[in-house]
Amino acid sequence: MQSAVDVKGQTAAVEVKRARKRKGTWQLHAMLLPALIIVFIFQYIPMFGLVMAFQDYEPWLGFLHSPWVGLEHFKTMFEYEDARQVIWNTLVISTLKIIFNLGVPLAFALLLNEVYVMKFKRTVQTIVYLPHFLSWVILGGILIDMLSPEGGIVNRFLSIFGIQPIFFLGDNDWFRTVVVVTDVWKECGFNTIVFLAALTSINPSLYEAAIVDGANRWQQTFYITLPSMLPIIIVVGTLSLGNILNAGFDQILNLYNPLVYKTGDIIDTYVYRVGLLNGDFSYATAVGLFKSVISFILVVTGYRLAYKYANYKIF
Amino acid sequence: MYHHYQKSLPYKLFTVFNYTLLTIIAVLCLLPLIHILAVSFSGSAAATANLVGLWPVDFTLDAYEKTIGNENFLRSLWNSFLRVVLGTLISMGVMLCAAYPLSKSDGAFRGRKLYMWFFVFTMLFHGGLVPTYMVVTKLGLTDTIWALILPPAVSSFNLILLVNFFRTSVPKSLEEAALMDGANHFTIFWKIYLPISVPAIATISLFTMVFHWNSWFDGLIYMSDVKHYPLSTFLQTIIVQQDFTKMSVDAETLKNLSERTVKAAQIFIAALPMLIVYPFVQKFFVKGIVLGAEKE
Repeated sequence: MQSAVDVKGQTAAVEVKRARKRKGTWQLHAMLLPALIIVFIFQYIPMFGLVMAFQDYEPWLGFLHSPWVGLEHFKTMFEYEDARQVIWNTLVISTLKIIFNLGVPLAFALLLNEVYVMKFKRTVQTIVYLPHFLSWVILGGILIDMLSPEGGIVNRFLSIFGIQPIFFLGDNDWFRTVVVVTDVWKECGFNTIVFLAALTSINPSLYEAAIVDGANRWQQTFYITLPSMLPIIIVVGTLSLGNILNAGFDQILNLYNPLVYKTGDIIDTYVYRVGLLNGDFSYATAVGLFKSVISFILVVTGYRLAYKYANYKIF
Repeated sequence: MYHHYQKSLPYKLFTVFNYTLLTIIAVLCLLPLIHILAVSFSGSAAATANLVGLWPVDFTLDAYEKTIGNENFLRSLWNSFLRVVLGTLISMGVMLCAAYPLSKSDGAFRGRKLYMWFFVFTMLFHGGLVPTYMVVTKLGLTDTIWALILPPAVSSFNLILLVNFFRTSVPKSLEEAALMDGANHFTIFWKIYLPISVPAIATISLFTMVFHWNSWFDGLIYMSDVKHYPLSTFLQTIIVQQDFTKMSVDAETLKNLSERTVKAAQIFIAALPMLIVYPFVQKFFVKGIVLGAEKE
């Protein structure tokens, strides 16, 4: 049995050790300082700026003296035909993107997984992943040229089959399709690699056992591969939930034009036009705040679900 | 690896189908780039008459000469270069310094959790475009390179990657031995953490460089004069918006800039650094994703 003195001595020793460990904590705080200052100025101060959403902000009056209007701007937002259309467009485009950016890479990873010529597999993977690194300015420039109704290469190809030129980027029937397809083109390589990493980490003995039991490749895919992939599919899916109001600002701003505002204008592009181009700061901030709040709820929900169902934690 | 099922006829048929399909997809992914490359090397007349497919017609370097001869283009190229180098250095310096204390255990560094949440919260909630724009404007950063470098200097996502790397890869025993010898935190950070973390530093640096090279929107809203534009913003203005009003150019230059082949050449030059570093970047990025996925 330990005597009280011993225990005391031990705790003292632990204390000394801790104290030595903690010595120089000020250095740790100091090292954090630059990052704290930058994040405070450029991330937190703008959050305080959100009070503008409840004011009729006038630059010469400032935050302190601009008149308060309560929820006026939010009411306007839900009454405006424009704003409602924009929210709807955002939801439609982002939902389609989430579905296709999950399904296409999954199918693609499964097909690549059946390739046993490593060189071929790596080459395809490399090529498909490439557009991810090019900006939407570059891809937008390329697409505007290719999809042009006046002799763009896509329309020239279609004309072989006697199809009349289509103005893909100026036609409300086509714009969303173009947005979703080109987004999958740019981004599908990323999730493919995530899924491939998960595929290669499946325990091979599972397959060996299934082969002994006479399972063919289809059965192996349905009863082993897909169930083993479920956690990572859930993680990718739930985390993309937070993006449901992010329909792709960079992409849309580089592809759209007034002809397709009806189907292609999204919350972010709307906020940019109304706020920075027309100078309606308060209303634009209100729309932005609406988006930030909903996104916050969705991101937190997404992380919670990912943690609950797949034991995924960000830190 | 060779399995019995691979000998069955249906699987063989599938294999043929699979290789064909994957080849087609890969080619389709590349076609747009090849087409734009072909246009950039073609004669202007052939390009305007839509004769160019996947191979240059009337091969010429004319478009590249016009691009390189355009001082607006060269200046924006220089701005981008400056932005990438300075932006990456500052960003990495600040983030590495912050990652070190955040990688300590809660016992060794009280307040770690609180700091961590301070950064993570910015991943969950944003002030949004208009308030951020006003802060940058009020600070007088517009028309300076700092407007492009400081606001995105700390990426919480990259910071977490670095913290996780420090936590998993630096042997605690090494650190404790150094502490016993009376080394302070700055020394441990500099002499132990940084040398061990070269792969992670390279990875995150590449993330940051790609980010800076590709960013264009901040240049558009924070720079009032085209001479401060980084390359991406410059291209966005003349190729996507087709807005030449901001450029004080004579009719001749204007005609050159709006030529299809010149646009293609500019697009290709902007894509070139990415295409060159891509094989290296890709390897690192795959590691980075795994780095990000392995956190528990």
